[in-house]
Amino acid sequence: MADAEIIPLGTRGRPGRGTGRDKPSSSSRSLAPGGQRSAPAPSDRAPDEVVDAAAPVDQVVVSADPTVPEQGRADDPADVAEQVADESAPAVDAPDAEVTRLPVPEPEAAADEEAPEPSSTVVGGSEPATAGERRRGLPLTELLTAARSAAHLVFGDDAERKLAELLAFARRRVTGDYEIDEYGLDPEITERFLMEMVRPLATKWFRVEVRGAENIPTDGGALVVANHSGTIPLDGVITMFSVKETTGRNLRPLGADLVFRLPFVGELARKGGATLACNEDAVRMLSHGELAAVWPEGFKGIGKPYSERYKLQRFGRGGFVSAAIRTGVPIVPCSIVGAEEIYPLVGNVPALARLLGLPYIPITPFFPLLGPLGLVPLPSKWIIEFGEPIRTDSFDPGAAEDPMLVFNVTDQVRETIQQTLYTLLMRRKSVFH
Amino acid sequence: MGRIILVTGVSNDLGGRFARRIASDPEVDRVIGVDVVPPRRDLGAVRFVRADIRNPVIAKVIAGEDVDTVVHTSVVASAGQLGGRTSMKEHNVIGTMQLLAACQRAPGLERLVVKSSAEVYGASNRDPAMFTEEMSARRQPRGGYGKDVLEVEGYVRGFSRRRPDMTVTLLRNATTLSSYTRSPLADYFRLSPVPKVLGYDARVQLLHYDDLVAVLHHAALAGVHGTFNVAGDGVLAMSQAIRKLGRGMVPVPALAMATAGTLVRQARLGLSGFSSEQLQLLTYGRGLDTTRMRAVLGFEPRYTTEQALTEFATSLPRPLATHPVLAADQLLSGALGSPHG
Repeated sequence: MADAEIIPLGTRGRPGRGTGRDKPSSSSRSLAPGGQRSAPAPSDRAPDEVVDAAAPVDQVVVSADPTVPEQGRADDPADVAEQVADESAPAVDAPDAEVTRLPVPEPEAAADEEAPEPSSTVVGGSEPATAGERRRGLPLTELLTAARSAAHLVFGDDAERKLAELLAFARRRVTGDYEIDEYGLDPEITERFLMEMVRPLATKWFRVEVRGAENIPTDGGALVVANHSGTIPLDGVITMFSVKETTGRNLRPLGADLVFRLPFVGELARKGGATLACNEDAVRMLSHGELAAVWPEGFKGIGKPYSERYKLQRFGRGGFVSAAIRTGVPIVPCSIVGAEEIYPLVGNVPALARLLGLPYIPITPFFPLLGPLGLVPLPSKWIIEFGEPIRTDSFDPGAAEDPMLVFNVTDQVRETIQQTLYTLLMRRKSVFH
Repeated sequence: MGRIILVTGVSNDLGGRFARRIASDPEVDRVIGVDVVPPRRDLGAVRFVRADIRNPVIAKVIAGEDVDTVVHTSVVASAGQLGGRTSMKEHNVIGTMQLLAACQRAPGLERLVVKSSAEVYGASNRDPAMFTEEMSARRQPRGGYGKDVLEVEGYVRGFSRRRPDMTVTLLRNATTLSSYTRSPLADYFRLSPVPKVLGYDARVQLLHYDDLVAVLHHAALAGVHGTFNVAGDGVLAMSQAIRKLGRGMVPVPALAMATAGTLVRQARLGLSGFSSEQLQLLTYGRGLDTTRMRAVLGFEPRYTTEQALTEFATSLPRPLATHPVLAADQLLSGALGSPHG
């Protein structure tokens, strides 16, 4: 075998592909175990991938002898496979194409040494061609396997279901195939995105403790009335999250018109289920059985100086009470402790605020002193307590027009919240604990 | 004896379609169409009278033909062929005034149907989620179509006080859309890519054009007194609507929107830019409560907002490129072989 060191096995690095057939040639299939040993890829591949892993061995054997003329290469891979079978016949007992032990027991020194490792030096000048060919043959199945194993890593065992869900979600978003309600609530975005963004803030940063969640009706309209504080109305977002977590209901905040004027903020607020705090929307929501929430102090509440913390401001004009009486839904007082300390408001720039059309420009110990860093809220400990519902269905609907009654109920709600705030503050060990 | 109906603005698309449709109704004896310019299309059984509603001649037509129902559809949303804002206002407001004056002197007249528009509600950040008929604009329209409609409605209300014996129906329709007509919103959706106001996602509620013609028909024959919002069920977010249409979307800051609109529209359609009220609508959107339309007027639109949009989409060219997410979805869902959740 003077010139028989050239053993162009398989199809020159593309087992089974060069033939145009799906299945690898029989010779390259039989080479698979040997190839796998030398291949860098892990062994948990799909069976058809193993064939590909056999590629290096083929290459090596093909180019084991630098003196190889190009004769074998230009041939049709199928012919090459035949050739392999023929040429190896003298060396191996089996006369047919199944050349199982071929590369290893080859007596020729050159081939023997080079065979086990797919060394690039040997491959030499022929490498670019084979690499290019391999890349062309690579795509679908391998990419899919990679995606599949990656999915298993990321999503765990039921990866396929989760991935399919995720894709279906992405598809719905891209094609607009979802529904929003008349106020603009987008349930999917709220649950999958907004709530998940708030979750670490609520559970890890503020460590929110919810009390009295059983006071929130599980169905039907109800109006949650809460104190407002914290310079930036994070308390609204956190209350929404807490209610969703404890009762599974969407809390529908009624926000000031400023919220809907601001870009992004207004968009997110509508998608999160908020609507304008006006009597029409409040009545509409409550009569449709939604769980609405108001912060009647408004900007007076969130924009009050730190020195006045936990002192309730005037409760608007009592519009929320008349909305509740008109629709006969219970009022759930809600006291939020901890929100006052997130951005202690120590100053204000009224002139600039007027210029920008904002209610106030806050100055906190860290803002604007530390710039954007000053926007990180202080990690105070939060307690949200929902009090016993105040029923309004005993009043007749005309009572909503009786200002005295409305003031009385407003005062009752306000006092309940204020007293609960004091009790919670007494019980709290420190601001951050 | 059937009804004798006078339709104003028959040379407009809406007036023409409505007149043809109602002329074929067995309850109707005769339909007389009035406009300043002759109609470009065949009006079928409709008798066309070339007259200006701003002219006392109209009173003679009403009296001479024994008209018992006047349907006023000629309050137009855009200057179009009227040539400028001044003549548009003249046509809309003064035209309505004169028409109502003529109607007031016609003893045989029983019904008046006026096509107003939901533009009377304006669009702002102080809007309630859904406007009912009792509500008024939170920020009064300061000019353009919105103000015209507001003034027209004022005259109609005055008329209805002076002629309490008449049934006056005022229809406030949501933005219309259909595959075969042009409307400001249709023009907007036909832009490619569609400029969307950055940071705002307006709620869109639509009325299919077929339903607009149908509600005029219904109101002319039903004779129900009152003001009614007319709109399809359901609302869509603006971004959602654009995605459903398979259009590209470019977020444009609100301040630059007017400029961007002008640029794109002039380049593509040879139109002027967005009017300020259109911009407000694209920014904040508007929702209409249609309880009264169903309960009192007894009208049921054939299309929901979503169906109207789907019907409109048939007139758009299919998007050339598939969105990458969809491509990936197809590829991977095929590979995973599991059904979509």
